[in-house]
Amino acid sequence: MADNNSTGTWEVKSGLAQMLKGGVIMDVVTADQAKIAEDAGACSVMALERVPSDIRKDGGVARMSDPTKIVEITEAVTIPVMAKCRIGHFVEAQILESLGVDYIDESEVLTPADENNHVNKNDFKVPFVCGARNLGEALRRIGEGAAMIRTKGEAGTGNIVEAVRHARSVLGEIKRIQNMDEIELMALARDLQAPFELVKNIHKTGKLPVVNFAAGGIASPADAALMMQIGVEGVFVGSGIFKSSEPQKMANAIVKATTHYNDPKLIAEISKGLGDAMPGLDVRTMPEEEQLSVRGW
Amino acid sequence: MLKIGILAVQGDFAEHKLMLTNLDVNTVEVRLPNQLENIDGLIIPGGESTTIVQLLDIFDIKNAIVKKAETGMPIWGTCAGMIILASSLTDSRPTPLNLMNTVVSRNAFGRQIDSFEEDIKIDAIGEPKYRGIFIRAPMFVEIGKNVEVLAKLKNNKAVLVRQKNLLASSFHPELTSDTRIHEYFIKMIENQIQNKK
Repeated sequence: MADNNSTGTWEVKSGLAQMLKGGVIMDVVTADQAKIAEDAGACSVMALERVPSDIRKDGGVARMSDPTKIVEITEAVTIPVMAKCRIGHFVEAQILESLGVDYIDESEVLTPADENNHVNKNDFKVPFVCGARNLGEALRRIGEGAAMIRTKGEAGTGNIVEAVRHARSVLGEIKRIQNMDEIELMALARDLQAPFELVKNIHKTGKLPVVNFAAGGIASPADAALMMQIGVEGVFVGSGIFKSSEPQKMANAIVKATTHYNDPKLIAEISKGLGDAMPGLDVRTMPEEEQLSVRGW
Repeated sequence: MLKIGILAVQGDFAEHKLMLTNLDVNTVEVRLPNQLENIDGLIIPGGESTTIVQLLDIFDIKNAIVKKAETGMPIWGTCAGMIILASSLTDSRPTPLNLMNTVVSRNAFGRQIDSFEEDIKIDAIGEPKYRGIFIRAPMFVEIGKNVEVLAKLKNNKAVLVRQKNLLASSFHPELTSDTRIHEYFIKMIENQIQNKK
């Protein structure tokens, strides 16, 4: 565009996440699924080759999706399109940016490319969302330039327990910082392995400097409302929609429950006759090497 | 004391709420039609217009908003809100409320990497210029009768327009700390209340 003063600023990167708030971001693997998601009221779609439960089943190395697929999906819908790159794989990120995706998810669902370093997200005009299990991890990602955070949960399980654990951890730490003395913040930054400036910022504002969604295990309208009541600002639903028996109904019900998360009567109505939710997995019996949330640090 | 409703089905309604709270205005979050009763004005925030319209339809809020607008209640739409207030869109979806004489094109400046900031001259609020934040912003492609253009970009595209009690902006004043456009909207409401008396 001619006459732009500036693009790719922090305000426009973190601002798009503000626009997604109160909404549901859905994993889709085809243009048709993307249209179903849009029709059901998704505020954004995540373009993938396989949903997490299939990635889990198939094993092997999971990489960025085929660009053909991503372009098909961006052309099929008018809502923002996100796509995943591997942790630390900045060339996949460059490719996704060149394809015009609206948000990049540097995701533990794919096989990490770098076990030490995440992508330097400040280098990009396109904004990034990153996963976190706790506040230290969230602040490290924001320090690298992430403009949105999602708590990780355990993707592809249909089990909400890890999503709850991670959201409670992040939000609980924030409350703890708020109540601390200023003098204690440096030691806390050391313990959290988090940038000091960001710790100070949370002490002052009582919230993350970016939007915080929940992900990893949401499989019903009640799950979505639970995460919203716990205090996240929106939800990612991966396998939970297109691995359920009636995806369109489930998608629409989760959208409604995310808006009306404080209205149990309405959620009861919404939850009627949705068919089967995706089959779930017990995270407690899962060996650590199968857990996706431990990827990245 | 004034009470302004903020449509809260999806989007950045919390940012509008914070702006108004800082200006000592009472707010109410609107998710269902009955929450539109007893408010003096309404803000339709930024967000995804397809999502918001879908939730307006399902819970039957659409007609309630249109009725309120017809009584002269001021309504301000930012970004997605500007899309929702339009008479028609260049896209087949979503179906807007048909309240303003405007035709709007969604995401008309491009994808997210084209989102931008620009200083805008707005005579109605005076100096200094206003820092406009445009995120996958919509564009007016037709501006009809009785619609006054209050601000344009350097490339001459209208970005803030008013039609009597309706205000629409393609940018996001709620993402800044500059409260002047919110104050302008509050004045619209105060004048409306005065005129009714």
